[in-house]
Parts: sequence; structure tokens; C-alpha cells
Amino acid sequence: MSFAADSRTDGARPRPRGALGRLMSEPMGATGAVLVALFIAVALFAPLIAPYDPLALDIPAKLQGPSLAHPAGTDQLGRDTLSRLIYGARTALAIAMGATGAAGVIGLALGMMAGYGPRWLDGALMLVLDSLASLPMILFALAVITVLGPSATTLVFVIILVSISGYARLVRAQTLGLANAEFIQAERTMGASNLRILFRHLMPNVVGPLLIVLSMDVPVVIMLEAGLSYLNLGIRPPVPSWGNILYDGYSSLRQQPALVIAAGVPLVLSTIGFTFLGEGLRDALDPRLKGGGP
Amino acid sequence: MTGAQDDGTVLRVEGLSVSYGAVQALRGASLIARRSEVIGIVGESGCGKSTLASALIGLPAPGARMRGQVEIGGRDIVAAPERARRAMRGAAVAMIFQDPMTSFNPVLTLGQQLTDFQHRSALPRRARRARAAAMLARVGLPDPELALDRHIHELSGGMRQRAAIAAALLMQPQLLVADEPTTALDVTMEAQIIHLLRELRHEHQGAIVVITHHLGVIGELCDRVYVMYAGEIVEEGTTDEIYHDPRHPYTQALIACDPAHIAGTVDRLPTIPDRVPDLDPPPPGCSFAPRCPVAMARCRTDAPPRVTVGPGHAAACHRVTP
Amino acid sequence: MLRYTAKRTGLAVLNLLIVMVAMYAMVFLVPGDPASVALGPRATPALKAELVTRMGLDQPIWRQVWNFFANAVQGNLGYDVWSGRPVLDQILEAFPNTLILGGVALGWALVLGVALGCLAVVWRGGVLDTLLGLLSVSMIAVPSFVIAIYALLVFAVWLNWLPAIGAGTAGDIGSQVRALILPSFAIGITWVGYLARLVRASMLEVMGEAHIRTARAFGLSEFRIVTRYALRLAIIPTLAVLAVGFGSILSAAVFVETVFSRPGIGTLIISAVAKRNYPLVMGTTLFMTAFYLFIVTAADLVIARLDPRVRDVFRGG
Repeated sequence: MSFAADSRTDGARPRPRGALGRLMSEPMGATGAVLVALFIAVALFAPLIAPYDPLALDIPAKLQGPSLAHPAGTDQLGRDTLSRLIYGARTALAIAMGATGAAGVIGLALGMMAGYGPRWLDGALMLVLDSLASLPMILFALAVITVLGPSATTLVFVIILVSISGYARLVRAQTLGLANAEFIQAERTMGASNLRILFRHLMPNVVGPLLIVLSMDVPVVIMLEAGLSYLNLGIRPPVPSWGNILYDGYSSLRQQPALVIAAGVPLVLSTIGFTFLGEGLRDALDPRLKGGGP
Repeated sequence: MTGAQDDGTVLRVEGLSVSYGAVQALRGASLIARRSEVIGIVGESGCGKSTLASALIGLPAPGARMRGQVEIGGRDIVAAPERARRAMRGAAVAMIFQDPMTSFNPVLTLGQQLTDFQHRSALPRRARRARAAAMLARVGLPDPELALDRHIHELSGGMRQRAAIAAALLMQPQLLVADEPTTALDVTMEAQIIHLLRELRHEHQGAIVVITHHLGVIGELCDRVYVMYAGEIVEEGTTDEIYHDPRHPYTQALIACDPAHIAGTVDRLPTIPDRVPDLDPPPPGCSFAPRCPVAMARCRTDAPPRVTVGPGHAAACHRVTP
Repeated sequence: MLRYTAKRTGLAVLNLLIVMVAMYAMVFLVPGDPASVALGPRATPALKAELVTRMGLDQPIWRQVWNFFANAVQGNLGYDVWSGRPVLDQILEAFPNTLILGGVALGWALVLGVALGCLAVVWRGGVLDTLLGLLSVSMIAVPSFVIAIYALLVFAVWLNWLPAIGAGTAGDIGSQVRALILPSFAIGITWVGYLARLVRASMLEVMGEAHIRTARAFGLSEFRIVTRYALRLAIIPTLAVLAVGFGSILSAAVFVETVFSRPGIGTLIISAVAKRNYPLVMGTTLFMTAFYLFIVTAADLVIARLDPRVRDVFRGG
């Protein structure tokens, strides 16, 4: 069925040009971009913004509610909650971006190997990656932490381990699709080396979708870091992390609810911000990738 | 229910217009189909054929506005509320769809759907299934009982099209609309399906409307033809008249471009220059004027009159004289 | 269908075997012997020697590997380092609690999500539709343990309507149900918006397909079209997501159980990790992986049953 109207029924409003313009024109993408920019700024300038040293103890002033001196109150050891949360942003973003970045690079390498390499290598890699993906993420993470012992290094390692499978599979699928594309075939008939094809032609085309998926995974990693730190299996105190601040708040929930309430706020705002940004980026750059889950 | 009128008219379309927003896809179409008659509607893609087909079964695309009358067995489907339209669909009017692969549900078996389609019938489920099997046998499916338990993707292209025809015939509708019934098929299959439709037209008591862009199908099947261009009917007549005495320049061009009409070898197949005009809004005057080899100044400003050139043969053109 | 079932099950078993090898290898790849890892640096040599014998670590490596697999196949996942109880017993004790929690959470989320999704289709472009779009993304983003803690603060501590900890008294259905409300809310809320959006999207897609037009052309009622012709197709992607989403439900359960001190797989494994009780950690992981693979495989088979095209594609490839 083709109706004459099909091509002309859409859009009274012209779509803005350029990815950034499209991103900022949608309320969701714009909200996400602003929130994320805010968190990055807070993390970068933490020493300038934070009113106190996040580790400075002041036992007599413990478990205070919000006041002019301590806008978000204090914890069991009298440390300023706001300052700890500001430094917590540093921890959260450093871990989330570092670990997803590293996982992305490894996933890219493995995926391109599987997609462009010999068939046996593809089969073997896919079997291992599928098996890795069949492990419930959290239990796998806990098992690795048991063996290696909880620390920031272990945390990053665990995040990389649980996420590479998804990235590698995405890159592999993209590579497989591209390897048979005409421009690659043409390049090959002209005698281009495999390395040249891989790095000059395949990689630039594969990196785009990977970056979008990576950006959508940042909030998941922030949650994982906070969750494991909450369980005291991630970032160890006294280094401030939203997760261990939340735990401090949880353990003094009845004496001073202000602490736990304050600790949840940046977690909620940052995960919403990154999710909105990821969704907005995807819609602006590559709508085909729609349909990620929680 | 007033029933079919005395002259045997099953379908009467009067001044039917369909618009999607500013786009006027169909403008003032009028046509008639009588009992046991096969009429053809022919035109290029984008001329409003599919819009007309949807209007005939009272199922316009979302957002479409219909005006005018479409009377089937004396009842106007345009004026009827959705509930009454629904009651007419499948019973009074049925449709053979273009692509049976996508127009059957992929997860239900053929049998489940063919029994569902008889929901207006008082017969029990078993009897309806038997009726579906009989109909499949009638259209030439080798093992109807087996086919009933199949999903559509498990049948071959020809079998799918036969099943689609069987589905449309289930309730013995007064009006059968076939929307490009052979477009999805290869040449051999097409010949078989046309053969089947020709057989059926003798048994079928109602009228059949065949909508196609393919002149060959018209020649093989139809008694009378309506030629459509840019949402309007530009010429009507018997198949013979349209083939051998086309009056409208568009019809003449269409016949000239039909490969079956070209004698000897040619270097290039003839084509009609340019393309169908924008219908947002339609041009003033004759909509074919921009592509017409014999257009006059008047053609671009005044709407052409409908000129009767013989009993049942008429064309909408300034150049045509009775 | 039989061939598809066999192939799909075989693949799942292969996945599980690889996971087992990986888990086993992991323990041996870390520096230091597993007994020291388990007991920590302050263990006495005598205690360590006893554990080494009990775990069979003094036997040759091929023998250990064989024992591990032979035992696992028989359902013996080893013994608790501290209490000496069989790991499987503890898992089976905790598992029903987690299963009920996850099931209830998913159940109410599914009912509400599908209903909201259908409503959004009916009132396309309306207020509910827009609100649902924004809300569902936010719901996915917010970590379930934060929701759990806030819910606990408001409903258990401030309002004192519902219990803050535990799974209720054994045998008292009322108290068990009350103990389920907050945890299942915290886990399920993430899924409501997500499922609604998914159902909405796939329903809209299906309703635009040509065969729906055919059903309409044959005068079938809109209700019958939605329930018989569209829902079955629209539910397929939802089902696939639900099965894969089991992993994230389990993650949520681990955290939420800890917040509410609710007995289950989550609290079991967290306490085991804290005490480096690694037979228990490995056993739980293996058990849950097997269960997860079972769910995903079963969902695939159900999908193949609902959509005959899937199994035919598999047959062809």
C-alpha cells in the first residue's frame, strides 16, 4: 500500500542539523546533558567546591541535620556530608568512565577479532562470551570479589569482566555486517592489507554505535559501584563513595534520616542524567539501537 | 437492507473523494459494478488505486477523510458508522490482498484464520472449518486439510495467493475487491491465478473489482475498465473500447507503453515523460496537462468535462469530442 | 520443534560447563592457595592443614578437577568452610525466598506494565502516554537499593505501616505478605515503566502490520483483533526481555534483601563473600547460573512455540 500522503505527513517542525543540535532539541536529551555536565564539573572542581575536607573528623558534631554550616548534615564521625558527596562524585565518575572505557576498548578488540578473524576463532570467542553473558552479573562480580578481595582495583576489574561480553558481541555483529559491505570488498580487491581494512575502514564505522552503548552503560556502572560499596565490597572507607555514604546513612537511619536522604540524591540524579543523555544520544545518532533494558 | 437494485447494480460509487490532510488522493470518483461483472481499475502507482480499494471496503487509512457515497447492495458504507461498516466487511464486501505473505497473521494457522473470518456465519466451528477446507480445495490447493494446519510462511507463493482468494470467497460476498492480485507472483503463477479468477467469475454471483497497474490482467479478466490518473477517473469503457479505441491521451499513452502492444523490436520501451503531479493541492485544470502531448492552453486552467463518446464509454478531456 | 529443543538445550549445557571451568580456574589462578584465601591471613597452620585435607587440595590437580565435576553433576556443590554444612542445603533453604520475592515483584510489574502499555496505545499521544515515556526511563535509571532504602524510611520507619526487616514469621501468611510488600515494590517499580513502554512499542508495531488490516477487512471486532491477532505477537519481545531481565532482577534482589535483612540468595551470598566462604559463593553462583540458563532456554522454547517462524529460521540455519 502506498498512499500519496506517506512522504509528507511527518514533521511540521524541521529537525535541527547536527547531532548536538538534535540532542539539545529534545527535552530528555537536554536534561541529561545538563545534569551530566553538572556532575562532571562537580567532580573536576571538587576541591574548590567542597566546603570541608571530606575526611576531616569532628566527632562532637556527629549526625547533625542540615544547617547553614553543614547544608547536608554530618555523618557518625562528624564529617561534612555535602563535601563527602562532592568527592563521591569524583569516585563514581572516575570508576564508571574508566571501567566502561577500558571495557569498551577490550570489547572492541575482541569483537573485531571475532567478526573479521577466522571462523574457528569466532566460534570459540562467541562460545566463551555467551557463557560469560549467561552468568548473572551480580553473582559473577561477587565471586570475583571473594577470590581477589574487595578493593578499588578489584571493582574496576569486575566491571570490565561483566561488561566486555556485551560490547564484544555488538562490535562483532557490526563488523560482520560491514565485512561484506561493498566498499570493504572493493578495498580488498585493490589489495589492501587486513590491518589497513581493520583500522582504517572497519573501526571508524564500529566505534559510533559502541560509544552510544557505552554511554548508556555508565549509569549501570555507577549503580554497580554504589551498590558494591554499599555492601562494603567496593570502594573501602574512608574514601568517600556514594555507596558507602548511603550505608553510613542506612546504619543511622533512625537517629538521623537526613544522612541517608542526602546520600541517595546524587545517585538518583546522576543515574537519571546519564540515562537521559544516553537515550538522547542514541535517538540523535543512531535510532536503530533502540530497545536497551534495565 | 434494500437489496440489490433491479438493474443488478451491486456497487455504486458516487462522487467519492478521499483526502489525507491537504493531499487529495481521490477526487470525485464515480463508478458502477453490476452482478456477475468484472470491472478493472487501472493506473500508475500513486494514482489513488489503493485509496479507492480501502474506501470500497470501508477501511480508510488512519487520518483519511471520505466524502461521497459507496453503496454496496444499496447500503452506503461511507455514511455508515464504524459498527455497521464492520458488519458489511467480510460479509457484503471482501478483499483479496496484494501480498498474502504479510496479509495473513504469521502466528495463527491458516485454519484458525479462515474459521475466524466466518464469524458472521451461524455454523458451528467444525462446519466452518469444513467450509474453509472445501473452499481451499475449490481454489486448487492440493491438500486442504493439511494446509489448514499450516502457517502462512509454510506455504508456497502460489498457494498463499490461492488461500487469500479462498478467504475472500468464504462468505460469498456481493462485492469482491482484488487489490493487485498478481503483483507478488512470478509470470507462471500469475497465469495460473488469472485462470483461477476467470473460472471463479462464472460461479461467483456478485461483482468483482480488479485493481491493478497491469494492463495484461485487465485484458484477461475484465468486462469494463476505469482508467485512473492522479486521483481521478479519466476514462471508462468496455475492455474492448479501452484497448482499441482509447480516447483520453493518458489512456492512449498507457496502451502505447504496454509491452504487449508493441509490434516488432524497439530500441527503448516507450514511457510517459515526467511523473504524476503533486496532489497537495492538485493542479488546476486537467491534472494530466503537464505531461500531455496534445495539451492546449485551456487544459491548464479549466477542468475537463466528462464527454460521452458512446454508450458506457466516456473520457474527461477537452480534446475529446462525441 | 524437537530438534530446536535439543539444540537449544545442548547450547545451554555447554555454556554451563564453560562457566564451571572458568569458576574453577579462577580459584587456582589467584596467587596463594585457596585455603589461605578462604581462611584469611590470620589462620593457624593446623586449621589450614585441616581445611586443605577437607577440600581435597592435597590431591593431584587432575583428581581435584574430576572430583569437582563429578560432585557437581551429582548435586554436591561442596561444604561450607565454617559450618561444614553442604552448600546445596543452604542454597535450597534460601532459594524459595528469593524466588517468591522476584516472582511477586515481576508479577505485579507485569500486570501493571502491560495494562499501562495497552492504555498508552489506546490513548496514543495523550497525557498518560507522554508521562509514561518520561517516567519509564527514570524508573529504569534509579537504583533499586536507593528506592528500597527510601521506601523503608518512609513506610517502615516514619509511618510504621510495614515491617522494616525479615521475611515474616513462618506459618503466618499475613506477616509474610506484609514483609513482601516493600521489597517487591523496590524491585518491581523499575520494571513497570519499562514493560509498559515495551508493550506499547511492540503493540503499535503489530497493529500497523498488514495482517491486522486483513482481520479488520473481514469485520473482526477490535477486541478480538487485539487479544487474538495482536497480543500474541506483541508479547513475544516482552517475554524475551523478561527472561534476560532475570539477571537484573537477581541483582536487585541481592541488594534489596540486604537492605531489608530478608533471608534469601542475596543475603546468603553477601555474608559468604564477607567471610570469604568461597565454596558457598562458587556453589551459589553456579546454582543461579544454571537456573538463569534454564529460564532463558525455557523462554526461547516458549517463544519458538508462540512464533513458528523462529524455529524455522533455526532449522534452516
